[in-house]
Amino acid sequence: MFQFKIDPLQISPEEPIPVSGRNRASAHIVFDNLQKQYAGGVQALRGVSFDIDRGEIFGIIGRSGAGKSTLLRSINMLERPSDGRVVIDGIDVGHLNEDGLVRLRRRIGMIFQHFNLLSAKTVRDNVGLPLRVAGVPASVVRARVDFLLELVGLTDKADVYPAKLSGGQKQRVGIARALVHDPEILLCDEATSALDPETTQSILDLLRDINNKLGLTVVLITHDMAVIRAICDRVLVLDNGEIAEQGDVWHVFGNPRADATRALLRPLQNDLPTDLAEKLLPELNGRKGNAILSLRFTGASHPEGVSLQSLLALAPNAKLLHGGVDRIQGHAQGQMLVAVPVDSIHGNVFTAAFSSDLIKVLGYVPDDAR
Amino acid sequence: MSQTMLDRYIQAFLETLLMVSVSVAIAITTGLILAVTLVITAPGGLYPKPRFNRVLSVTVNTFRAIPFIILLVAMLPLTRFLVGTTLGTWAAIVPLSAHLIPFYARIAQVSINEVDPGLVEAARAMGCRRWHIVRHVLLPEALPGIIGGMTVCIIAMIGSSAMAGAVGAGGLGDLAIRYGYERYETRVLFEIILILIAMVTVVQFSGEWLSRRVDHKR
Repeated sequence: MFQFKIDPLQISPEEPIPVSGRNRASAHIVFDNLQKQYAGGVQALRGVSFDIDRGEIFGIIGRSGAGKSTLLRSINMLERPSDGRVVIDGIDVGHLNEDGLVRLRRRIGMIFQHFNLLSAKTVRDNVGLPLRVAGVPASVVRARVDFLLELVGLTDKADVYPAKLSGGQKQRVGIARALVHDPEILLCDEATSALDPETTQSILDLLRDINNKLGLTVVLITHDMAVIRAICDRVLVLDNGEIAEQGDVWHVFGNPRADATRALLRPLQNDLPTDLAEKLLPELNGRKGNAILSLRFTGASHPEGVSLQSLLALAPNAKLLHGGVDRIQGHAQGQMLVAVPVDSIHGNVFTAAFSSDLIKVLGYVPDDAR
Repeated sequence: MSQTMLDRYIQAFLETLLMVSVSVAIAITTGLILAVTLVITAPGGLYPKPRFNRVLSVTVNTFRAIPFIILLVAMLPLTRFLVGTTLGTWAAIVPLSAHLIPFYARIAQVSINEVDPGLVEAARAMGCRRWHIVRHVLLPEALPGIIGGMTVCIIAMIGSSAMAGAVGAGGLGDLAIRYGYERYETRVLFEIILILIAMVTVVQFSGEWLSRRVDHKR
C-alpha cells in the first residue's frame, strides 16, 4: 500500500493551527499552566494553558481519565488545581475566599450527566433553589422560575417531583436550574451522555438555542465527538492531562493530528467496510481490476463543497463505494472510497487531487475476486 | 379485671408513653445534630475536622458499648444533678436518652452518608453555602432514612424502658416484672406483652407510612 500526497493546497502537518482571527482581548476564561495532582499520586492535569472566548461554545473532549472533569471543575473551583491559574474576566478565581467563591458560582451555571436534581423538591423548587439561597424574594423567584420552565418547555411539570420525569425532561430541569441566576458561563459535564440519541439532539439544540439567545459562554466536556460536531465552535482534545490539540471544530475534524483525536473520531469516520477489506490486495500482478482510492476532504481548500465533476474525472467509470461529506461550521469535509479501473488511473488522479485534500490508494480488487 | 389493676395498667402505660416520648424527642434531636456533625466534619466533608471527628466518633462508640443496665447505674450522679432525684420516671429519662442518642446518631449518619455526593456538588456549583447544603440537600434527601431510623429508635426505646423499673420509673415493663414474673401472675405478663406488641406494631406501620410519604425518589 502506498500513499501519495499531491494537493498543493493541502495544509501540511507541520503548519501551526490557524486561529481564525481571534484575539486575546475577547478571552472570557484563561487557563494558565493548570496542574492537578491528586493525593493518591494521580496527575490529572499536566500544565494546561488555553483560552475560552466570550460567547462561544467550547468543547473539551478526551477519553475517560484524560482529566476533562478536573479541568471543567477548576472553572468554578469545585476542584482546586495544585498549581497554575484560572482567570475569569481578569480575576484569578483560585484566590477567592468562601464569599467570593459563592458569588462566582452564582455567575456560573452547571449541568450534570446524572442531572443531580433534589428528589425531595418539586421541579419548581429545584429550579428556584439557587435564587432562594441567594436571598431573592419568593415572588421574584416564582416569576423567574416560570420564565425558565417556559424556556425549556416544562411549564406543565412545575409541581411534579423529578422522579416522575424522563431523562430528557430531567436535563431540561437541570438546564433551567443552571440558568435561573442568569449566569455568564454554562458548564456542561457530559450533559447528554446518559440520554438516548433523539433526546441528546433535543438537548443539544436547546443548548445551541440558549447560547444564541442569551449569549453566554458554554463550556462542555464529553467523550462523544458527535456532540462536539453538533454544537461546538472550538474544541480542545485532552489526552492524559495534556492538550493533544485544539482549534476550530471543522479544522480538527478535517485534519486531526493527534492520535488521541483520531481515536476519538474513529466512530464517526467512514472506514473501509470489512467485505471490501477482505478482497483487498496490495498489488494486481498484471490482472485486470480496480484500484480502491480513499479521498479525504479536510474542508480547508474547498470549503464550499466537493465537485462531482472532478470526482468523475478520476475515470468515467469510477464508482463511489462508501463514505460521505459532512458540513461542519460551513466547511464540507469527509471521506469517500472510490473504485477506479486500473487501465484509466494514470493522470486522472492528479486532476481529482485538486478537489480532494488527500488521496490514498488503499489497494486493489481484481475483477475475478469473489 | 379489678378497678385497681386497670388503674395500674393505665398508669404503667402512661409512664411508658412519657418515658418513651420524652427520651425519643431528646435522643432524636441530639442524635441528629451529632449525625450531621459526624458527617460534615469527616475527612472530605463540608467542614473537614478529622481529629475532632475521630474523638466524637470514639465517644459515640463508647456510649454504644455500655449495656443499658450499667449505663443506668453509672449515670446516677448526672441524673441527680439534672433531675434532682435518682428515682422515678423522669430520672429514667436521662439514661434512656443517653443510651439512645449515639444509637440514633449512627442510624441517621448512615442515611445522610447515603445522599448522592453529586447533589452536594450541584448545590456547591449553584452557590449554596455550607449550611444551605445541610438544610436543603443533606437533611431533606436523607429524610426517609431519618424517619425510618426514628421508627427503629422508638421501638428500641419501648424495649429499654422496661429496664427502667430498676430505678423505680414504673412503666409497662416494670409492671410485667413485678406482677407477672415475681408474683407468678402469668396472665398479667401475657397481657402486657400483647400491649407491647400492639405498640410496636402501631409505631412500625406509622413509621413506614410516613417514610414512604416523604420519599419522592421513585
